[in-house]
Amino acid sequence: MHDDHVHPSPSGEHVEADGQWAFGTGFEDPLYGADTTVPDGIDGAELASCCVLLADDALIAAQRLAQWCTNAPELEEELALANIGLDLLGQARHLYARAGRADGTGRGEDAYAYFRDPAEFRNVRLVELPNGDYAFSVVRLLVFATWRLELFTRLTDTPDPVLAAIASKSIKELDYHRSYAAQWVVRLGDGTAESRLRAQRALDEVAPHLGELFTPHEHLRVDVASVRAETTAIVSRVLDTAGLVLPITESATGGGRDGLHTEHLPALLAELQSVARADPQATW
Amino acid sequence: MTGFETTSLEESDFELRLHEQFDDTIARDQRIEPRDWMPDGYRRTLIRQIAQHAHSEIIGMQPEGEWITRAPSLRRKAILFAKVQDEAGHGLYLYSAAETLGADRADLTQRLIDGRQKYSSIFNYPTPTFADVGVIAWLVDGAAICNQVPLCRSSFGPYARAMVRVCKEESFHQRQGYELLSTMMRGTDHQRATVQDAVDRWWWPSLMMFGPPDGDSPNSEQSMAWRIKRHTNDELRQRFVDMTVPQAAALGVTLPDPELRWNEERGRHDFGTPDWSELHRVITGDGPCNTERVARRRAAHEDGAWVREAASAHAATQAARAREGAAA
Repeated sequence: MHDDHVHPSPSGEHVEADGQWAFGTGFEDPLYGADTTVPDGIDGAELASCCVLLADDALIAAQRLAQWCTNAPELEEELALANIGLDLLGQARHLYARAGRADGTGRGEDAYAYFRDPAEFRNVRLVELPNGDYAFSVVRLLVFATWRLELFTRLTDTPDPVLAAIASKSIKELDYHRSYAAQWVVRLGDGTAESRLRAQRALDEVAPHLGELFTPHEHLRVDVASVRAETTAIVSRVLDTAGLVLPITESATGGGRDGLHTEHLPALLAELQSVARADPQATW
Repeated sequence: MTGFETTSLEESDFELRLHEQFDDTIARDQRIEPRDWMPDGYRRTLIRQIAQHAHSEIIGMQPEGEWITRAPSLRRKAILFAKVQDEAGHGLYLYSAAETLGADRADLTQRLIDGRQKYSSIFNYPTPTFADVGVIAWLVDGAAICNQVPLCRSSFGPYARAMVRVCKEESFHQRQGYELLSTMMRGTDHQRATVQDAVDRWWWPSLMMFGPPDGDSPNSEQSMAWRIKRHTNDELRQRFVDMTVPQAAALGVTLPDPELRWNEERGRHDFGTPDWSELHRVITGDGPCNTERVARRRAAHEDGAWVREAASAHAATQAARAREGAAA
């Protein structure tokens, strides 16, 4: 028999194993198989709140990266931006699943993503800003990935073993995101007059949103001062190499963690939630 | 007789032997590799075929890519995002395979956005509902698999090897599409109706993916002789129908062809004739979405020009710095 008769049988038996062709595609429960008992001594509500804000950051950032799809400047960038978006989507799914177990509601990931209103989202404003041009997107990604990597590095020894495991898995991904963004920021800063101008403009637009990243939050138990110091030092090194300058701004236009968002989040969520909300009885 | 003529004669004799070697390689069903001698027509035909295939992967990202931001569950979002990313990856391998023949990716992209090279006409149809995502993966990727699995034995090595990986991924895509549809068919009446509606819209265009009937496919014979096409359009179309009918029955959807029935004598399905004038219209640019598909690709390419220029400028500066460093 010729090898061109190996047609797949979609109704066949191996769907589950083959469903894992990319991370996050082969399971309904992101924490399947893990012991999700909340250990004694941990405040479940506080843990859930921490997971939700970290998940919201990742989901909204992933949604923005998905908007690059078919619009990237080169095919390699198409692949890379999708990789990063998929990583962040995976992080969001793990964290929502952890939150649903920790807050005792048993809610699934989709309840958090699709059936909360904008004011219930706890993401920082930086991630909800529109993509802008490629310079804005990679400059934002550099700041976001550097900051998130610092946060997650500190969360690897958090008392909850599930959150610690999610953090450990995520830092490998974030390290790549940071490296991808840093390489592009250097190329743009050290490229043409136009790319330098665009990169500097992107930095000017991102700078006012840095304050919010370093605002302490009652449920995110990390040393904010050291996160700030490390993030700033790393971003500054990249910018030095790129010949770019981080403007000094002290305007901490925060509020995202309290549900006070820019006008961009409702529009983003309206799109994200449109199909799921059109028919809540539907099964997907 | 001058020396020049002697050389020329020797060369043509040499070329004749190379051609014989080429024919012999094809006859023994072995692979032609990029450094091997090949007839100009073989090279030209392959570049066209591989470029069209690459363009189809890239344009094919659009109809489904529209739905990533709106996918109704995070699992479906991850699946769709990964699938569309795979298609970008397929485009990349295929452009690379075309480059082994001396083509240039930037030039091929320019030909696509100038309308000088084509892509599969199937991607000129719209995707109005999320059911389209499932039906595309089931029918369109299913048809693509029928077309491409035989190409894993294409006589051109890089294309054949690219097809092995592409087909593996396509078969995952087809399965997830089928799984989405079977989930939707177990859902609400409205969901079942949207699946049936999408099947009604995609069935005939999927049959057209195999190209015109054999009698109207002038280049097929040469391509079959070169073994860069292994089966005729009509044979592949028949295989697709035979493969899909039982799957449709298992899903509980009706294929919109009153002439579709099992033919005991042939041991295959009989089916109706696609509207070939529609295929002709869509191929020649008059499909529902031709203009917007190419416009989107053009916009992405042109909007990204400054980024590519920056990367080139930075690479040139880096190289110059390295040279200065070495000289110092």
